[in-house]
Amino acid sequence: MFNYIIKRIVALIPIIIGVSIIVFLLIHLIPGDPAQTMLGERATEETVQRLREQMGLNDPLYAQFGRFFKNLLRGDLGRSITSNNPVAVEISQRFPATLELSIFAIVFAVLVGVPAGILAATKQNSWFDNLSMLVALIGVSMPIFWLGLMFIWLFAVTLGWFPPSSRMSVGVVFEPITNLYLLDSIIQLNYLAFIDALRHLVLPGIALGTIPMAIIARMTRSSMLEVLKQDYIRTAYAKGLVKRVVVYKHALKNAMVPIITVVGLQFGVLLGGAVLTETIFSWPGLGKYLVDAIYARDFPVVQGGILFFAIVFVLVNLVVDLSYATIDPRIQYN
Amino acid sequence: MIKRSLVMFVILSMLIVGLSIGAYAQDPEYGGTFVFGRGGDSVGLDPIQVTDGESFKVTQQIYDNLVQYEPGTTDVIPALAKEWDVSEDGKTWTFYLRENAMFHDGNPVNAEAVKWNFDRWRFEDHEYHIGGEFIYYGYMFGGFPGVIEEVNVVDEYTVEFVLNKTQAPFLNNLAMVPFGISSPVAVKKWGEDYFKHPVGSGAFKFVEWQEGNRVVVEANEDYWGGRPYLDKVVFRSIPDNAARFMELQAGTIDMMDGVSPEDVESIKTAEDLNLLLRPSMNVGYFAMNFSMPPFDDPLVRKAFNHAINKEALIGAFYAGLAEPAKNPMPPSIWGYNDAIEPYEYNPEKAKELLAEAGYEDGFEFDLWYMPVPRPYMPQGKFIAQAIQNFLSQVGVTANLVSYDWGTYLDKTRNEEAQTYLLGWTGDNGDPDNFLYVLLDKTNSDNAYESEELHEVLVEAQRTIDKDKRIELYKEAQEIIHEDAPWVPLVHSTPPLALKPMVKNYIPNPTSTEKFKDVWLDQ
Amino acid sequence: MNLNNPWFEAWKRLRKSKIGLAGIAIIFILVAVAIFAPLIAPYSPIEQDIMSRYQAPSQRHLLGTDEMGRDILSRIIYGSRISLQVGLFSIGLALVIGVTLGLIAGYYGGYLDMIIMRIMDIMLAFPSVLLAIAIVAILGPQLKNAMLAIGIINIPRFARIIRSSTITIKEDEFISAARVLGAGDFRIILKHLLPNAMAPLIVQTTLSIATAILEAAALSFLGLGAQPPTPEWGAMLSDARSSLQKAPWVMTFPGMAIIFGVLGFNLLGDGLRDALDPKMKNV
Repeated sequence: MFNYIIKRIVALIPIIIGVSIIVFLLIHLIPGDPAQTMLGERATEETVQRLREQMGLNDPLYAQFGRFFKNLLRGDLGRSITSNNPVAVEISQRFPATLELSIFAIVFAVLVGVPAGILAATKQNSWFDNLSMLVALIGVSMPIFWLGLMFIWLFAVTLGWFPPSSRMSVGVVFEPITNLYLLDSIIQLNYLAFIDALRHLVLPGIALGTIPMAIIARMTRSSMLEVLKQDYIRTAYAKGLVKRVVVYKHALKNAMVPIITVVGLQFGVLLGGAVLTETIFSWPGLGKYLVDAIYARDFPVVQGGILFFAIVFVLVNLVVDLSYATIDPRIQYN
Repeated sequence: MIKRSLVMFVILSMLIVGLSIGAYAQDPEYGGTFVFGRGGDSVGLDPIQVTDGESFKVTQQIYDNLVQYEPGTTDVIPALAKEWDVSEDGKTWTFYLRENAMFHDGNPVNAEAVKWNFDRWRFEDHEYHIGGEFIYYGYMFGGFPGVIEEVNVVDEYTVEFVLNKTQAPFLNNLAMVPFGISSPVAVKKWGEDYFKHPVGSGAFKFVEWQEGNRVVVEANEDYWGGRPYLDKVVFRSIPDNAARFMELQAGTIDMMDGVSPEDVESIKTAEDLNLLLRPSMNVGYFAMNFSMPPFDDPLVRKAFNHAINKEALIGAFYAGLAEPAKNPMPPSIWGYNDAIEPYEYNPEKAKELLAEAGYEDGFEFDLWYMPVPRPYMPQGKFIAQAIQNFLSQVGVTANLVSYDWGTYLDKTRNEEAQTYLLGWTGDNGDPDNFLYVLLDKTNSDNAYESEELHEVLVEAQRTIDKDKRIELYKEAQEIIHEDAPWVPLVHSTPPLALKPMVKNYIPNPTSTEKFKDVWLDQ
Repeated sequence: MNLNNPWFEAWKRLRKSKIGLAGIAIIFILVAVAIFAPLIAPYSPIEQDIMSRYQAPSQRHLLGTDEMGRDILSRIIYGSRISLQVGLFSIGLALVIGVTLGLIAGYYGGYLDMIIMRIMDIMLAFPSVLLAIAIVAILGPQLKNAMLAIGIINIPRFARIIRSSTITIKEDEFISAARVLGAGDFRIILKHLLPNAMAPLIVQTTLSIATAILEAAALSFLGLGAQPPTPEWGAMLSDARSSLQKAPWVMTFPGMAIIFGVLGFNLLGDGLRDALDPKMKNV
């Protein structure tokens, strides 16, 4: 098991190198430079050149990459061009917002998707099965930015139930520690802040969680159906076990492997895919920040941020693979 | 009859008294937190290092300049300097500082401190010429050290500037937000990180900056001009215009800028919202590139000037809050040439001119529009489509092109665009800041290189006599009108939306203002 | 016709699948609308009237008018052409490149395999939206560049599918037999390996067209795809944001059109999966 983890982590290295090379090339192929964007209408040829010189953007590309990679090996992602803050600090400030949103979304997706999938499977071809699968199909066919806008229009503007944007209201007295607002407010026993943060999470969280919810529901249903057809389930029934016990104790446990895979994959996708949701709900997360950084040509931020996402994505996959073992002891790692 | 008019009189006078109690007799109240919603975060809070309006909005509150703009205008009034003299030749300026001004860290604002700030800005080898590019200094004062040859401490509260050549808008430049005076002690203490720990002498003190989210400042109890009415100001960044407006409606912010024209109507009708107009000091224009045929032909450029219906654009995409432009600079700036006869909207005439130029069958060209809302053009994409439509009516076909903002600016700067939309908001209320900056042969982005115009503009820069300058700028506008390098579209009055409880907010044409006299009717 | 032909079997199964038929019906409607757009649409999709912007749905304009006073229904009708084009072109691109790479990697193995699949891994490790945004930022925001970007981010999935099915059968006896009979690599790949991977490939293609339409709409929504006045569904939504309160219909209907179109391909994909390869996981 330990060797397996080490092996997987070692296999990460070429991917990280590859990702950093590609990010570097991509971002430097984009015309325009940070000086231009920072200065806006006021950029003159002279000021742009001075800024380029100072930022080292006039050096040959390989020299710039060498510098970037040398710093990377020392764990230094450089400083943001626009804010002059270390990129690592920028990421650590914004990633918790994305993480919190993604966790909320995936929890929502699992809490709704798994029971719906089980119920649909046990009542195959019933009206519930048909309806929930239709809803799930529409769910995977939905543009989430559109769903987000509809939510804002309906629940924020028209009904006024939830706030339309950001993470917390201005009036709330709150001192973030980890930047995971729900967690922080619990630690501080700040009830008002907790409720406020939760209210802000609901609309973007559900919007972001809709597609994974639909996928998880469909996956749960089909893998449950497959397991329910197996011999040992029939044996269990034959032995006179109650249906509920069979479904939850035997069938679900075996259907869990593919479900976990999908949840894990979806979680990885969510982390990177929160860009649109963050844009629509003005959520101060990493996805939105990276898009802005691409536009601002903030090279260090884009390089560091995408690299970070890539590592997180690969690590989530690793965790998913490892979690099989705990669920299904038959799986061996070597 | 008499009785009735008496009753009327009583009612009327009661009404007037009531109104005046409501509107005038109210004394300003102290206290309260003012939440201002805006489109983006500040880049930095060291005013000399930044160029974006979102940074200036905040540093405006924290810092004082030697002189400042009178609220609502670009007229210069005293600030840290209570008075000043200028020598006959216009090259030596002496400023007499007020003696009760203190930085927020308790150090006095004296001649030494002022000199130290200017030395830091203008000398590239200064120990604290760090943390950025000092862009606005180089830009307004002609490089490093630029026109400011010497800064001398005459006595503790008198400082003297010696210029190496006359600079007509010198005083106006000093009032610009980037030239706020920092505490030398704080700059030395924080070094490269000073932009996160701003210390000035302004009416508000810096409290905290949660990046991407908000900046908080609080009242400076010891302000030389008296404590501001507000206890606290929170600047919140909500990038999306629609989302920001929803927050205002929900009451979580008290005021916002960047109001979308689509929302103006509902603000006007809403009881719990007011609309405030910023005096116009900008221009939105459609530029045509001389180096790309057929725009080298003045007939084509004039035809385009006749083909676009500016009034219709203003009605549809500015909610009526703009006036059609006929010159490259707005009428609010002195030297505006009102005698210019605009090219009227006349598609028939446009067609004739195109035919005369040999394009009776029309042609295809690229029309670039900016991807982001700007104060002078909140909906570039819509305006581009409308212009496309106007031009199709005179037989020419526009293909719309856009890039993200950085690329857009880069490519237009490199004169890669055939025609493009762009604009400008004035910095200091001087005509030079429009005509020279945008259309001189050394600056223009559409290969417009008129020697004649260049001579007039340079002559105006060297002249100190204002009447003479006015004449020169009027002449410049005639030359530009005749050459028609642009279709000047509009001068907009950018709307601000606020709750009625926000009192005494006076928008400045330069697009930022001090909140010292703002108060909340709670 | 040979009744034992697996394709015929599949068709028989697909005909029985309700969802598959529903998908075919939707796609049929979509294609018909796209072909006959000029006949169906009440107005021109680009004709503007800035004096009548944001008109609520009425008899004159069944779905109302948009920010330029254009008829939304007509724009949605013409938009079907663009969404179909985007789906077919971008996935076609991903298919050709992905299949070629997957076949090469699977068939030749060794270093070639390792290099190709590492690159695919790297591409999969990118958040795909960000990758697409970066590609469009380089090439400039135009519909064709958005299609290209979507094509590129979809390559790895096809490469993986083909590679794994190639690896499983390349050691089979009939392949060795063909080689002994003097068949060249090219012939083996084309005649034996490719047909074998057909089933999963068709399913993947159909489902990918659905995602491609969504991805294109997202890019256009961010202003990185179709340029005005092109009536692309996502682009229609991007301008609707500022009028959310004033004219919600501008936003509502194009979104429904997207769901309709994407649903069609998803349904067909599901149906095909059941029909072609009952063993495949129903994700």
